[in-house]
Amino acid sequence: MIIETDGLRRDFLVGTRLRRRRVVAVRDVTLNVAPGEAVGFLGPNGAGKSTTIKMLTGVLVPTSGSASVCGLDPVRERRELGKRIGVVFGQRSQLWWDLPLEESFDLHGAIHKVPAARYEERLEECVELLDMTSFLRTPVRQLSLGQRMRGEVTAALLHSPELLVLDEPTIGLDLASKERLRSFLSAVNARGEVTLLLTTHDLPDVERLCRRVVVIDHGRVLVDDELSTLRRRFAGNRTLVVELTAPAEALAGLTGVVDVQVEAQGMRQRLAFGAGTSAAELIAEVARRVELRDVTVDEPSIEDLVRTLYASSRPA
Amino acid sequence: MADRVYQRIVASRLRGRLAYPTSFVLDVLGQAIGQMIELIVILVLFTTVSSLGGFRPDEVMLIYGMASIAFGLAHVTAGQVEQLPEYIRTGEFDVMLLRPLNTLAQVLTADVELRRLGRLLVGACVMAWAVGHVDVEWTPLHVLIAVLAPIFGALILGSIWVATNAISFWLVDAREFANAFTYGSNFSTAYPITMFGPWLRGFMCFAVPSAFVAYFPTLALLDRPDPLGLPEALRYASPLAAAAAILVAGLIWRSGIRHYQGTGS
Repeated sequence: MIIETDGLRRDFLVGTRLRRRRVVAVRDVTLNVAPGEAVGFLGPNGAGKSTTIKMLTGVLVPTSGSASVCGLDPVRERRELGKRIGVVFGQRSQLWWDLPLEESFDLHGAIHKVPAARYEERLEECVELLDMTSFLRTPVRQLSLGQRMRGEVTAALLHSPELLVLDEPTIGLDLASKERLRSFLSAVNARGEVTLLLTTHDLPDVERLCRRVVVIDHGRVLVDDELSTLRRRFAGNRTLVVELTAPAEALAGLTGVVDVQVEAQGMRQRLAFGAGTSAAELIAEVARRVELRDVTVDEPSIEDLVRTLYASSRPA
Repeated sequence: MADRVYQRIVASRLRGRLAYPTSFVLDVLGQAIGQMIELIVILVLFTTVSSLGGFRPDEVMLIYGMASIAFGLAHVTAGQVEQLPEYIRTGEFDVMLLRPLNTLAQVLTADVELRRLGRLLVGACVMAWAVGHVDVEWTPLHVLIAVLAPIFGALILGSIWVATNAISFWLVDAREFANAFTYGSNFSTAYPITMFGPWLRGFMCFAVPSAFVAYFPTLALLDRPDPLGLPEALRYASPLAAAAAILVAGLIWRSGIRHYQGTGS
């Protein structure tokens, strides 16, 4: 296991000396991640994601419980761990603001004692895949957010870490930048060299990158499963969207359909159907009753899935 | 071992600073003038009195020069620690904890403020002048003391910078508190301690060992018995005082880090 935690807990004391209050940020997180995995770490704001990540990377000491990352104790062996993991915080930078990106990389390589040959190889690859040639000589402070994040991810990978921890890496990025970053991370992870642990509010990140999802809420692990399994268990209905050639009344009485919505003055209808129904049969049945111009099947979105999960975690 | 890394970090900081030569020159000048104000105060005092705490003008200049060089060196090397509250607030300190490097060394090298050279410059000039004027017999031991005293002094003052600014790990921003000691030491080390009351003297000798920066080494150079009758060994004790100061500062820093890892945000 590259990450192994057992009953990780973290309390904070808040308030003034007279009115101290104990707040539990992380109550009980037990998590095992095998090398090569890509795990999406989800949860609403304040669920304890960042606190957990800080405990895994040696920034915070757990109140109780234990953590082992790359076989090391994150706090006691912080510096050794620093050589073996890469961390990207979406909201803070590990680059040097006034240095050109290239020199920031150079310093980062020196700090991690990356051998020259490996450094060159690694850098060249990242520069090419992330299309950074045009701004390598630009000081970091003049980079756009998207460019900077590409730089952050490159820096975090230069020393060939075994584990890459990303805390909201796509926050604030435009769609094209997000997509570029996702496909890069996905390619890096697919080669099996680096394990990914990713927190995000951007669920397409998870969809693109992670096979496994860990959802935490109120400091506890709520769900820890394969994304596909979760879909089947929680997501429920798919939707068949049919575009008609002529307006029609809502199609009633179709086998397996649980909800019908009529849009565009009856020219489009959305038919929600359960897991037991085949999309092909439903399309055939609809085609017998009305003339179809086009059909699409919407998979349940991961947003719906997560919404269901969060809702189920709260006491009714 | 990792010193080459810090060399490169510092070199990169320097390049950034020297990119603006005019502001560099003005900064240095500004600091030098700041340091000279203290000097002018002393000179003005001497227009009305002939000795300060039993020391002649040239002797006070020797103390002042030695103290200023020590302060300048400490300011250049350890002064960056005063940015600690800023690094904690912005989360930059978290990033430092993620790097496989010592945290204190990272804070100290996080930036290089060349303007701090200004104070060093003034100290060196005054020291040079004083050495030419004081009545000191330049034996090898005295030369050694004159050369080493500012270095041990810088270690003592640097430790004070680190120790007092590390309070920021517990309090949100302890900069003003720290300033009282750090910039305050610039004042307290520059005069013969005979000028101060007994309570303050005790504090400067033993609690915050600033008397070891320039006062005691100067007694050694002048070959003069301590007007206060303190043991003669103290005048050679600056290395010990420096070692103790470094130890205490290191311990405070370490427990500060542990407290920080226990607090977080």
